[in-house]
Amino acid sequence: MSRRTRLDLLTHIALIITCIIVLAPVLFALAKSTQTRAEVFRFPPQLTPGTALLDNYRTAWNAFSLGQYMVNSTYIAIAVTVAKTALSMLAGLALVYFAFPLKDYIFYFILFTLMMPTHILIIALFDLVSDLGWGNSYPALIVPFLASATGVFLFRQHFSSIPSDMVDAARADGAGPLRFLWSILIPMSWNTIGALALIQLIYMWNQYLWPLIIIREDARQVVQVGLRGMTAGQDTTNWGVVMAGAVLAMLPPMVVFILLHRQFTRGFALGQEK
Amino acid sequence: MYEYPARFKSKVLPFVLLSPTLLILVVFLYYPVIRTFILSTYRVAFLGLKKQFTGLENFISLAQDPGYLHTLQVTAIITASVVIGGLAISLAIAMLANREIWGASIYRILLIWPYALSPAVAGIVFLFMFSPGFGAANYLMFRVIGKELNWLGNPRLAILLIIMASIWKNLGYNVVFYLAGLQNLNTDVLEAAEIDGAGAWKRFWSVVFPLLSPMTFFLLITNITYSFFGIFGMIDIVTKGGPLDSTNVMIYNLYRDGFEYYKTGLAAAQSVILFLAVIALTMVQFRTSGRLVHYGG
Repeated sequence: MSRRTRLDLLTHIALIITCIIVLAPVLFALAKSTQTRAEVFRFPPQLTPGTALLDNYRTAWNAFSLGQYMVNSTYIAIAVTVAKTALSMLAGLALVYFAFPLKDYIFYFILFTLMMPTHILIIALFDLVSDLGWGNSYPALIVPFLASATGVFLFRQHFSSIPSDMVDAARADGAGPLRFLWSILIPMSWNTIGALALIQLIYMWNQYLWPLIIIREDARQVVQVGLRGMTAGQDTTNWGVVMAGAVLAMLPPMVVFILLHRQFTRGFALGQEK
Repeated sequence: MYEYPARFKSKVLPFVLLSPTLLILVVFLYYPVIRTFILSTYRVAFLGLKKQFTGLENFISLAQDPGYLHTLQVTAIITASVVIGGLAISLAIAMLANREIWGASIYRILLIWPYALSPAVAGIVFLFMFSPGFGAANYLMFRVIGKELNWLGNPRLAILLIIMASIWKNLGYNVVFYLAGLQNLNTDVLEAAEIDGAGAWKRFWSVVFPLLSPMTFFLLITNITYSFFGIFGMIDIVTKGGPLDSTNVMIYNLYRDGFEYYKTGLAAAQSVILFLAVIALTMVQFRTSGRLVHYGG
């Protein structure tokens, strides 16, 4: 065996072991999500599929209202992702294709908000949103997240990498800025749009602290906080059902990720400073 | 700052295009920041019924509270372990997955999917795996060392559990960025080093690692933010800050003071401290990324 083949073989072995370790917790959750309470508590622990697959998923979906939570989370995540991507794109258009006073300062003003994660604002944001009368409502989960420094940054970066001949051609055709955005910029920006949409969808789907604080009514709660409710009272917890809940909660972002991961890597490869 | 070719003439339209973004940032980010600073100088009675200006009293009482100092220590331990451990493991994985071998793209997907996981889901799975009696990880441990460990009851083990789960959850994210960084590397430099006869280990430290430093700096900041804030859901589900406050990180302490004990002023002061920490980190990043970091090309 040549040195190269040996090295490749070693790489395969190391990667397979790594993949198994990385996957193990999820495989464990999948196996357990099919087991009855008795099967879960068997000693030593069984990692084979059990007999309660449908029961567990049905219980998680209905009795623990995970179905309702997932509908809520989907609605919020999609609303924020679509609006945020659109608003970031408009801001990017303004910052790259127009000349106006204070442009650089406005860009820094937007960029500076990268240092303000929601987590550190929750005390004041809670007061503000309650004063607006939005406590316990969807606007509280949607409106504060509609603007994005990351989005503006990515679009600005991407737009400035587009050759200026394109713009000249568009202008020669007499296209206005919005027409230009729609028929030239958007078709050239799918990687950036895909990357941003992926980040935002996963970010919104995985939100935890803010909904935990601001939503009091169970019927409006989101999926991550819904999972929290399933483990309350550890001794009585039916872990098969909880694992079914965990699997359900991780499924949508996983699917989106697998669909969009190429755009994600490309969108960032382009956005990177080189 | 770059100079762009300005293409369209309108003076009003750019502000119209920017206004939704600016409005939301001002109302829901800048204004709450200011309000947090103001609140941090007040003592607020239950449900905000009574407010009394106390100057820096909240900060002084935090500085004198052994509980809060312990919280700072816990945050430092968890952050350092998650950032250093997470980045080292992810870089090693990315180096492996970057080799052009048969099936590389399948390995890559299998390694980066945890990006989509939430800290809460990761927490719930780890909580179950490490439960005494029926958790599989605990059983494995029992077979290897002959006794069961009380992961959730022992302060040191609880913090270790949070660190492991946090690193695992963030692996996908880190591997994605390290892989992108490795694929953007100039292969000529690597080949030149190989021809020079530099060994793999030396090649890594003298060529690959320095070239990757912009990515490492970026990941350093995002991973610190993740350890500060992102793991809240995991801690809330796995340990609730316990046992004996051993996993009571700053953001968890803030949440409890603000929304369980209703000490709004004190919680706002903790927000200010976290905000200053984030600003300090960003400043460090800006300053160092200009000088120390090697930008290829």
